[in-house]
Amino acid sequence: MGRYVARRLLQMIPVFIGSTLLIFCMMFALPGDPVAALFGEKKPDPAQIATIKHQLGLDLPLWHQYWNYLTGLFQGDFGTQIATQRPVAEVISQAFPVTVRLTLFAFFFTVLIGVLLGLVSGLFAEKVFDRVVLIFTLLLISVPSFVLGYLFQYFFAFQLGWLTPTVQDSRDMGQLLLPALVLAALSLAYVTRLTRTSVAENKRADYIRTAVAKGLPRRRVVGVHLLRNSLIPVVTFLGTDIGALMTGAIVTEGIFNVHGVGNTIFEALNRREGSTVVGIATLIVIVYLVASLLVDLLYAVLDPRIRYD
Amino acid sequence: MTETLNVSASASTDPKPAPPGNDAKPAKGRSLWSDAWHDLRRNPLFVISAVLIVVLLVMVAFPSLFTSASPTVGDLTHHYQGKPNYSHFFAEDWFGYDTQGRSVWARMVYGARATVLVGVLVTLFVTILGGLVGLVAGYFGGWIDSVLSRITDIFQGIPFLLGAMVVLTTFTEGNVWVVITALLFLGWTQIARVARGSVITVKQSDYVHAAKSLGASTARIMFRHIVPNAVAPVIVVATTALGGYIAAEATLSYLGIGLAEPTVSWGVDVSAGKDGLRTAPHMLISPAIMVSLTVLAFIMLGDAVRNALDPKSR
Repeated sequence: MGRYVARRLLQMIPVFIGSTLLIFCMMFALPGDPVAALFGEKKPDPAQIATIKHQLGLDLPLWHQYWNYLTGLFQGDFGTQIATQRPVAEVISQAFPVTVRLTLFAFFFTVLIGVLLGLVSGLFAEKVFDRVVLIFTLLLISVPSFVLGYLFQYFFAFQLGWLTPTVQDSRDMGQLLLPALVLAALSLAYVTRLTRTSVAENKRADYIRTAVAKGLPRRRVVGVHLLRNSLIPVVTFLGTDIGALMTGAIVTEGIFNVHGVGNTIFEALNRREGSTVVGIATLIVIVYLVASLLVDLLYAVLDPRIRYD
Repeated sequence: MTETLNVSASASTDPKPAPPGNDAKPAKGRSLWSDAWHDLRRNPLFVISAVLIVVLLVMVAFPSLFTSASPTVGDLTHHYQGKPNYSHFFAEDWFGYDTQGRSVWARMVYGARATVLVGVLVTLFVTILGGLVGLVAGYFGGWIDSVLSRITDIFQGIPFLLGAMVVLTTFTEGNVWVVITALLFLGWTQIARVARGSVITVKQSDYVHAAKSLGASTARIMFRHIVPNAVAPVIVVATTALGGYIAAEATLSYLGIGLAEPTVSWGVDVSAGKDGLRTAPHMLISPAIMVSLTVLAFIMLGDAVRNALDPKSR
C-alpha cells in the first residue's frame, strides 16, 4: 500500500510539471505587456520598463522563469500580481475556501441524489420510474449550466421570491443552495446514469442470487452487496469530476456573484493577469491529481479483490 | 500503382472469410454495423433525435426557409416593444424582438450555423487526432505508449473549460476557427484513451496475428484490420461528445470569449439577454431553448448509437 502510494506520487510529478508548464507557456504567449500596462496612458520609459522587468524576473528566458515559479511554489509562493503587487497566495486564500464550500455542497447533492436516483432506477430498469429518470437526466445534460442558472434565478428568486438571486454572504448555506444545485446538475445526471447502468448489470450477478438465496434481508442485499460493487465506476467519475466542478464554478459563480476561484480566474483572464491564472490553475491541477489518487485508493476499500503491493 | 491495385484486390476478398470465423454474433451474415443499424431504426430515441437533427441541418443549410427576417438588421422602433407572439408561427415577431429591434426568431434560426459547424468540426478533428494517438500508442506499446500516455495525462490534468478559456484569451478575435482550436486543444485526450484501450483489445485477436504472420505491412494491419474493428467504441464516445462540444461552444460564447458579434451565436444572445432577465425573459429563454434542443438531439443520438453498438450497456 505504502509503496503503491509512493509510486503513484512519483508518477504524478511529470504530469504536474507538464500541465503547469503548458499553462505557463500559454500565459507567456498572451498578447499585451503587463508591465507597459502599469503606465496606463502615459508613454513608458524603456529603461524604466527594463528595470521593472528585471526586478520581477520577467527578462529571464521562459524556462528560467518557470524554474523560479516552481521553486517558489515549494515555499508556498504562488507568485505576485503585477498590477497590484499582491501575492497570488493571498488572492487564492480568500477565494479558495468559498469555492471549496460551493464545490463540496454541489458534490453532496451529486452523490446523494445521483446515487439514490440511479440505484432506484437501476433496480426498476425498464419500468416507468426508470423512463422518467432517463428523461430527467437527458434534460439536465442538455440544458447548459449558464441557462439553468438563469432559469433558476428567474423562477426561484424573481418569480417565487424563495431565495436571494445573488449570493451576498458566501458562508450562508441557504444562499449557496441555488448555485450549488446548478453546479451539481450535470454531474448529478452522469452519476445517476452510471449508477443505473452499473446496478442494472450487477443485479443479475451470481453473488446477488447467492445473497438472496441464503435469505439475507433485501436491505442488506441492495445496500451492501449490490451498491458496493456498483459504485466503482461512479467513484472513478467522481474523482475526475472534482476538478471539473471547480472550473464549472467559473460560470456558476459569475451568475450568482460568488467571489470564489471561478470568478477570480475569469476576471484575471480578462485583465490578462497571467500570474493569478497560473496560480489558480496550478491549484486545480493539484486538486485533480490528489483526487484521482484518492479514487484509486478507494477502489481497494470498495472491492477487496483489488490489492496494491 | 501496382501496390494500390494489389491492396484493393485483396481488400475485396478480405471481409468475406471474416464473418464465418467470427461466431460470436448470433445473427447470420449480419455485421456489427448492419445489426446496429437494424437496432437504431427501431429505437424511439434515435428517431426523435434524427428528426431534430435533420431539421437543424436544414436550418444550417437554408435558414431563409424558416424566416424571411434578417438576423443582423434591427429596427429600433421594435426595441423592447416586442413581447413574443406565440401564435404567429414562423413570423418575424414569433419570439419578439431584442434590444436592438432584431427578430429573435431570425437570430434563433441563423445561430444554428456557427454552433453546429463548431460542434461537428471539433468532433471530427478530435476523433482523427485522438484516434491516431490512441492507435499508435495502443499498437506499438512499449516506450511509445508510455510517452504518448504521459502526454495524454498532462493534457487531461488541465480542466477542459479552463484550458479552452486560456487558449481563447491568447487569440484576440473570436471566430469559428479559433473556437475550434481551443476545444480541440484539450478535447482529444478522451478519444485517445478510448481508442488506445480498444486497439489493445483488438491487437490480440487471431486475425491480427494471422495477418502479421502472412507478412502484411504495419500500415495494412493498422488500417485494414485494427481500425475497422476498434472504431466502434470511438464512434460511441465521439457522438456523445458532439453534444458536449456544442454546449461548450455556447458556454464560451456566453462568457464573451468564444464567438462574438457579428457572428450570430446562441451563446452570445443568452449573454445579451441576461441583463433584461426580469423585464424581457424571452430574450434569454428563446436562444437557450435552441441550445438545449440541439444538445439534447445529439446526446440522444449518442445514447442510441451506444445502445446499438455496445449491446452490453443495455
